[in-house]
Amino acid sequence: MSPTDTLRFATRAATAYPLRTALMTLAMSIGVAAVVVLTALGDGARRYVVGEFAALGAQLLIVLPGRTETGGVNPGSFVTSTPRELTNADAAALLRLPLVQRVAPITVGNTEVAAAGRLREVMVVGTSTDFLELRGMRMAHGSFLPREDFERASALAVLGDAIRAELFGHEPAVGRMIRVGDTRLRVIGTLAPGGQGLGMTTDELVLVPVATAQAMFNTNGLFRILVETTRRDALPAAQRQLEELLRARRDGELDVTVITQDAVLGTFDRILGALTLGVAGIAAISLAVAGILVMNVMLVAVTQRTAEIGLLKALGASTASIRAAFLTEAALLSVAGALTGFALGHLGAWGVRLTWPMLPAWPPDWAVIAALGTALGTGIAFGVLPARRAAALDPVQALARR
Amino acid sequence: MQHSRDVRTAMAQIELDGINRIFRLGDSEVHALRDVSLRIEAGDYVSVMGPSGSGKSTLLNLLGLLDRPDGGNYHLEGRDVTTLSADEQAAVRSARIGFVFQSFHLVPRLTAAENIGLPLMLAGLAATERSARIAQALRAFGLEGRAHHRPEELSGGQRQRVAIARATIMRPAVLLADEPTGNLDRSTGHEVTALLEALNTAGTTLIVVTHDPAMGERAHRWLRMEDGAIAQDLRRHELPA
Repeated sequence: MSPTDTLRFATRAATAYPLRTALMTLAMSIGVAAVVVLTALGDGARRYVVGEFAALGAQLLIVLPGRTETGGVNPGSFVTSTPRELTNADAAALLRLPLVQRVAPITVGNTEVAAAGRLREVMVVGTSTDFLELRGMRMAHGSFLPREDFERASALAVLGDAIRAELFGHEPAVGRMIRVGDTRLRVIGTLAPGGQGLGMTTDELVLVPVATAQAMFNTNGLFRILVETTRRDALPAAQRQLEELLRARRDGELDVTVITQDAVLGTFDRILGALTLGVAGIAAISLAVAGILVMNVMLVAVTQRTAEIGLLKALGASTASIRAAFLTEAALLSVAGALTGFALGHLGAWGVRLTWPMLPAWPPDWAVIAALGTALGTGIAFGVLPARRAAALDPVQALARR
Repeated sequence: MQHSRDVRTAMAQIELDGINRIFRLGDSEVHALRDVSLRIEAGDYVSVMGPSGSGKSTLLNLLGLLDRPDGGNYHLEGRDVTTLSADEQAAVRSARIGFVFQSFHLVPRLTAAENIGLPLMLAGLAATERSARIAQALRAFGLEGRAHHRPEELSGGQRQRVAIARATIMRPAVLLADEPTGNLDRSTGHEVTALLEALNTAGTTLIVVTHDPAMGERAHRWLRMEDGAIAQDLRRHELPA
């Protein structure tokens, strides 16, 4: 029996029982679709988070006050239990390092903003002119904070888009005076809407010079310092320089933490990658179940068609031909299920992308290949037993069955 | 069809020597065939009759290589076929033996033409050659208009004609028929009998198992089986009247 004939014979057999074949295909396709959609979701989430971090800039170092370390207790532990604050002077010193391109000190606080008789609670970020570039934000009107000494408390403010709309509506905001806390500030610019970063929208922020914010919140310390290096591959060297400089500025004790974007990114990437893999594994269980279903369906088919198998034997079919015919039929069911599931899965992923446009929910290639491979593999593997059973039937007894 | 008639003088087409077949059902043993020895010449027309359970069908299955004897030898066209492997026996069935069953045994999802072409497909013939031979068979058995009908759309007589066309499409040397008219009415039965006899006239050895004395008496040689043994073996010209 030629391969073409075997294929045609198996196709006719599969299509002769449309309900059975449709249900089988459905079961297999649900498994494949589950793998495709779930991995698309998982991988989409991973890419979303990675993208969010990348929005911060790939050459970024973040300096945090304080240090978490595991180590034994020594006398020093009792002397310096409170870390020293990060100051504007630290930030200014970092800017002088050769590998550093931009520095943005950050102080954050909550207060109220009032203008034109309207008042609301707002988050105020004290920072410097480099913040705009570092966070990849765009201006809508006016200009961003001017380049000036970190210690200079200019009475200037830049408004996020939502704050601007709430305070001034359609009127121009640039040049107007607002009150933030107890300080009167002049609005010099407004941000373009939709600035994103770590789930925090810049629409709801008021940006002021760092010294202005420190005066407002009565502090000398910084929440953190964002540092951008000249090149991406300079990150490790820059990190060492930063740490050396800060150690020198703090009497030889490094009580700050310098983290790289890559470290954070890598951790999230690994966590979400593992999550995606786990989800894919769970979905793959349904494929194994579908494989057992293929076996069940084919065993029923062998029983149903016992007389036919006996006839084929009487007509001179070899055991190999009969085995091939039934194995091909099982493979066809799996292929149909896998392809349908592949299409369904992509439909589902498309639906996810439509529902959550920010999530790049594309199933990863490895997941698609693994799902299709598992579907075909289990279908064929579980088709072997029924095919062998069919081939091993005794022709006399098989023919006697009606 | 022609060649076996003239050559074999020393050996008959079918030779059974001391064939035994025993079925075990639980503890009991059923001796389906006891020491059956039989020679059938090429082109002969043999009817096998006898009561139920006398071993007629077992004999037919053995002759058709569907079953193996527990003892004895079977030579088909001079070749010892008892020792062949299952696949070798399948090849012999494919090339030399045709089966006609009481219940037709057509594949329900295949059309008449496809059913007739099954042995050709199993033998691995090319599709073009197949369609030519199927068309020829459809003409020969008066089934031209029914080629694309499924078995359920055919009458009993048409179904058996399809089955006979299928059995003969490989031009077998031996045609084995198990109650070929058992599921047909009288006139359709006559029609089918005439078809089988025409094939026999053309040279095919015809062996028919039947309960129907009218059909059995038409054969040239009558075998009567009882208790797994051949009780009577008569030729038509040996009959008194």
